[in-house]
Amino acid sequence: MKAPRKQAPRDQAETAQAAPARVSRGRTVRTVGGLSVRVDVRAFTVVVLLLVAALTAGVVLIGTGDFPISAGDVVRTLLGNGDAGQEFIVNELRLPRVLVGLLVGASLGLGGALFQAISRNPLGSPDVLGLGQGSTAGALVMIVLFSGTARQVTVGALIGGLVTGLAIYLLAWKRGVHGYRLVLVGIGVSAIVTAVNGYLITKADLVDATRAVVWMTGSLNGRDWEQVWPLLGLCAVLVPLVLGNARALRMLEMGDDVAYALGVRVERTRLLLLVAAVLLTASATAAAGPVGFVALTAPQLARRLTCSPGPNLVPAMCMGATLLVVADWASQRVFGADQLPVGVVTGILGGVYLLWLLVTERKAGRI
Amino acid sequence: MLVDSPPEPSAETAPAPPRRRAVRAAGLLVSLVVLVLVAVASIAIGAKELSLEQVWHGLFQDSGTYGDVVVGERLSRTVLGLLVGAALGLAGAVLQALTRNPLADPGLLGINAGASAAVVTAITFFGVTSLNGYVWFAFAGAAAVGVLVFFLGGSRGATPVRLALAGTAISAALYGYLQAVMITDEAALGKMRFWTVGSLASATSDIIWQVLPFLAAGTVLALALARPLNAMAMGDDTARALGAHLNRTRALSMAAATVLCGAATAACGPIVFVGLMVPHVVRSFTGPDLRWILPYATVLSPVLLLGADVIGRIVARPAELQVGIVTAILGGPVFIFLVRRRRTAQL
Repeated sequence: MKAPRKQAPRDQAETAQAAPARVSRGRTVRTVGGLSVRVDVRAFTVVVLLLVAALTAGVVLIGTGDFPISAGDVVRTLLGNGDAGQEFIVNELRLPRVLVGLLVGASLGLGGALFQAISRNPLGSPDVLGLGQGSTAGALVMIVLFSGTARQVTVGALIGGLVTGLAIYLLAWKRGVHGYRLVLVGIGVSAIVTAVNGYLITKADLVDATRAVVWMTGSLNGRDWEQVWPLLGLCAVLVPLVLGNARALRMLEMGDDVAYALGVRVERTRLLLLVAAVLLTASATAAAGPVGFVALTAPQLARRLTCSPGPNLVPAMCMGATLLVVADWASQRVFGADQLPVGVVTGILGGVYLLWLLVTERKAGRI
Repeated sequence: MLVDSPPEPSAETAPAPPRRRAVRAAGLLVSLVVLVLVAVASIAIGAKELSLEQVWHGLFQDSGTYGDVVVGERLSRTVLGLLVGAALGLAGAVLQALTRNPLADPGLLGINAGASAAVVTAITFFGVTSLNGYVWFAFAGAAAVGVLVFFLGGSRGATPVRLALAGTAISAALYGYLQAVMITDEAALGKMRFWTVGSLASATSDIIWQVLPFLAAGTVLALALARPLNAMAMGDDTARALGAHLNRTRALSMAAATVLCGAATAACGPIVFVGLMVPHVVRSFTGPDLRWILPYATVLSPVLLLGADVIGRIVARPAELQVGIVTAILGGPVFIFLVRRRRTAQL
């Protein structure tokens, strides 16, 4: 954020900092070039802590499995100093899985935060809007009707998610997309697609049905570099794009009219961000299945940790990544390697954490 | 934020002018007639074709012929559809008013998740295999989750957002459990995949008698809540000023909705869309007055449910599509059309 306040007197800045944090939440960081950035200290701390947590969990996760490797060895191997056996296990088998986990979690968290901000509803996550169900429908068609390979299922899921996103947008379009209409249309589409999914599962034989349920739960088992590269490329393009529009999104949250008056091109920004959110969610879902509740809970948890208004895009992204990797680690530790897919644990973990927040915040009288 | 806008002080909440009231009353009467027609169709139409004479014979001069047996079976199915449909619509309308969120439905408050988790527990750990056996488990699960959500949402001063978040959180945890069990226990998956789509096909008079007292009590309670809920729609402060007991109304509304949804879900599995859609449709022509919304929802929800059931029997003859699937496939487009057609009536 660039502010043209080159000549701001030094003492004025001092008073602003001395004021209680509640009044001016940010701290202004000035560079020698005369640029200044306002940093929300708490949000910044949260992001750093979440990143540390995600990376730590990633290292621990790489070390976990039938052949345990100590955290020190993992780091050494990642830096290129391990022995051949460890290198194979870390780089070929476990690292891609962890990277897919991090990327999927980040994409879901960011996509969820975008959807919730655009629909102005904390329940307006991609799960509720039917994108997850759309991807599921694509995957189920492949599994149940064609008994497709894993790659065909992934492609089916991607197509399903994108088509559903497009359908929701077009159906909700009427001289602009109103956030509220978007949620309601999404729920309608979601109900239809869910019914189709239910029908497909009742028609499948039990083997296919089991495969379908595992896919629908969301799993990181057997993910390799083939899933990492497309996800990484997509995130590399979309994340900067989204963050560049974060200010406009924040103004959009105040309502279309206000945002318009403040100089935001409302419909264009919204379309851009929606397309980005759909792409993020659909590709994440195609890679790991519709991992439940990450997109719904990550932005909420991030918002409560940072205690700051606005869409909290970066914290939500980091939260999603942390949540997914920790959940994958927990599922392997608690239930044994590859017994239960990660989606089971994200559901339980996200749910319990949300409950805990509700209880503590109620005691603190904050909600 | 959750959609929690202060309602516009519209003329609708004031006593309606006599003519409009007459129109609404007439509309309710027409809806009742439609309901009767749909119910008759539900008895007459199915895999075995019956003439109207046979239906009449089966209903009033039952002598045990083949046709009479068929009519008996379809009668209990129709009665269950009527009861469950009315319960779901009413519960949906009450929940939407209570949470002031037009997206609220039994699923949002975790009631479906509670029932599903209890049924899968019954199948896997208690070896229950009959639908009759599921009923009590499902009902207990739904009720337990309803109570839990209410207390976690803050029994004193439960705000709409907190109720919704508590419901979502509990659903998240329970669905995780549900999927874990279904993945590890193939037999449970085999049964659950049919239960979770929601079907009226298993209706027996046993099930009807088991759930009837709960449905009746819940219906009476919900209909009696129209006035205080109307006041609550104005926002907490105004409602208090108007003399409404906020906490009592919230507790009673949650109780009514939980009993209605719990019993309905116990009887025929989670049927998701009825409770969400019908109150929406009704609100679009009655306005925000719950004294009209609740009766209309009670009458029109079974029309949707039974109609969907009949269609499910026709399209896939001699097999049938589960009613939960048909409701969503039919109701979804209608719902989207309604959302598009107008500025959705706010609560």
